[in-house]
Amino acid sequence: MPFSTQPPASGERYALSASLDNARHLSSLLRAVHFQDHATCFATASGLRVTVEDAKCIQANAFIQAEIFQEFSVQEESVMFRINLSVLLDCLTIFGTSSVPGTSTALRMCYRGYGYPLMLFLEEGGVVTVCKINTQEPDELLDFDFCSTKVVNKIILQSEGLRDAFAELDMTSEVLQITMSPDKPYFRLSTFGNAGSAHLDYPRDSDLMEAFHCNQTQTNRYKISLLKPSTKALALSCKVSIRTDAQGFLSLQYMIRNEDGQICFVEYYCCPDENITEAEL
Amino acid sequence: LSRIGDELYLEPTESGLSLRAVNSSRSAFASFLFAPLFFQQYEPGSTGPDAELFRCKVHMKSFLGIFRSLPSLEKSVGKCLILLKPHANRLVLQLHCKYGVTKTHNLAFQECERLQAVFDTQRCASRLCASARVLAEAVVHFPPTLAEVTLGTGPGGKISLQNYVEDEAEPSKTMVTQLWLAEDEFQAVAVAPGSHITFCLKEFRGLLSFAEASNLPLTIHFDEPGSPFRPTGKSQMNSPAAISREQHEHSRSCSVPLSVSHLPIPSDDFADDLESYMAAMETSEGGSGGPPSPTSESNPEEEEEEEEEGAVPGTPPHKKFRSLFFGSVLAPGRPSPATTQEVLAEDSDGEC
Repeated sequence: MPFSTQPPASGERYALSASLDNARHLSSLLRAVHFQDHATCFATASGLRVTVEDAKCIQANAFIQAEIFQEFSVQEESVMFRINLSVLLDCLTIFGTSSVPGTSTALRMCYRGYGYPLMLFLEEGGVVTVCKINTQEPDELLDFDFCSTKVVNKIILQSEGLRDAFAELDMTSEVLQITMSPDKPYFRLSTFGNAGSAHLDYPRDSDLMEAFHCNQTQTNRYKISLLKPSTKALALSCKVSIRTDAQGFLSLQYMIRNEDGQICFVEYYCCPDENITEAEL
Repeated sequence: LSRIGDELYLEPTESGLSLRAVNSSRSAFASFLFAPLFFQQYEPGSTGPDAELFRCKVHMKSFLGIFRSLPSLEKSVGKCLILLKPHANRLVLQLHCKYGVTKTHNLAFQECERLQAVFDTQRCASRLCASARVLAEAVVHFPPTLAEVTLGTGPGGKISLQNYVEDEAEPSKTMVTQLWLAEDEFQAVAVAPGSHITFCLKEFRGLLSFAEASNLPLTIHFDEPGSPFRPTGKSQMNSPAAISREQHEHSRSCSVPLSVSHLPIPSDDFADDLESYMAAMETSEGGSGGPPSPTSESNPEEEEEEEEEGAVPGTPPHKKFRSLFFGSVLAPGRPSPATTQEVLAEDSDGEC
């Protein structure tokens, strides 16, 4: 295939083709789930979903709906491929990561189909860069089977209240323990590190609490190293919903508003830690 | 305190909460005493009249980690509760933050012996009291890297400061800086004639910057070479107690018997860093940055506290302690002792 710097003519059939005026709308969201080198991209007519997993315990999804793009078309019912997320991010930010107001990188993304690389055409200030990233067989993704009917406890918090907490988590602790309860302490984040234990309590009537629906007292522990990357998503978001189901699976959903005021979502799912030891209170 | 030692000793007493640290060679000791009035509520212990008040030590890093980010603490924390729970083996620090959020830290502690520098101010032959500013302006003339300085007396009651020169050093290759301070520069002088003492300038500078920022007068008690040299300061807001350090004399021949509550004088080597002191001051208080203002600010929540022996009440203005940075503040237009600073002036009777 001859190498061309021109974007493909619209007559050609591409399994996936999309245009975005500001590549940051995509790159910032992808960064929020970038804790592994590889990601699985899944595109349907409604938009793009990028999934990253680790240790068979944690899964992060970034959703960029079709409306965010200036142009978004998927020829088949769905398109799925595995790609190196680190490389993809490097390409999307090839003109630099600093956001100078007024300048933005325009993006055109094309994927011919199974076996073909993902083509990226990036333009800023008249300079065009073409990137070709190889795609791979998509992996089987975890299915946490987390649906709203099975949710036991749910809290919606303003992200502002959690940002410092997550940034300052005692990383000498192996776990992050989350307690949700209709009674005190309502919502508690605990760590058990070298210095001792630390508990962060959020009362149900706090100004930060947008919604509080806890039916049962649940205490679950999660590997802190797995949850720590979610801090990036938290930093970008304005609100976060925290839900647990009967088995202690954790769902964190972050509502992110981009530069143009559009809403996107990032979610994290995490399994509870199996090595349960006596909780220290 | 964190630059002196790796462990923070907490000793609640009837007269306040004392936070102390000692360095590994036990050659420097620092202590801050927070009077009961500094707190909204202070209960040293409820174990009964005869029982000794419980004391403990914790890892400095763990303790400091709780107060990691001072600017955000300022903005978000309303009050802090400190509880010592001997039965649970935990020191509890609870921060009440905005939005109703509560942060509770349970630190493991170790029981410890009483950490106290042995020092009897009454038995000290000499005492000097000066405003921190005078002393700061005096020491500013010495090179920042200078380790030790000799304080001595001279004719006419003048006090001299000279950089300490090793005996082995060649006179022709050594620069000697000497400066004289007249008696009236000090608030009080009671110095045994002919006394000389050499001390570590680095540590002293640290103390000075602390005292200067809080506008404290410093009282220095010292005796003969080999005994501890003890500068102290007291403020209205809290009373930082002795930042005492062990000194040695010119000939560096000292030693002092060591026992549990004594600090031996090393024959050499002051490991302590100047900056450590400033940081030490910072961490004990956590005020917001900013130069101290000369005007008084009344703060309804904080009140006076009690006396601290040895300090001349210099009535520092009411002010909230601010965390400080090193930099001697030179008041414009003030006659500085630099005029006495013609180094090695031919004034022959200036020699001691």
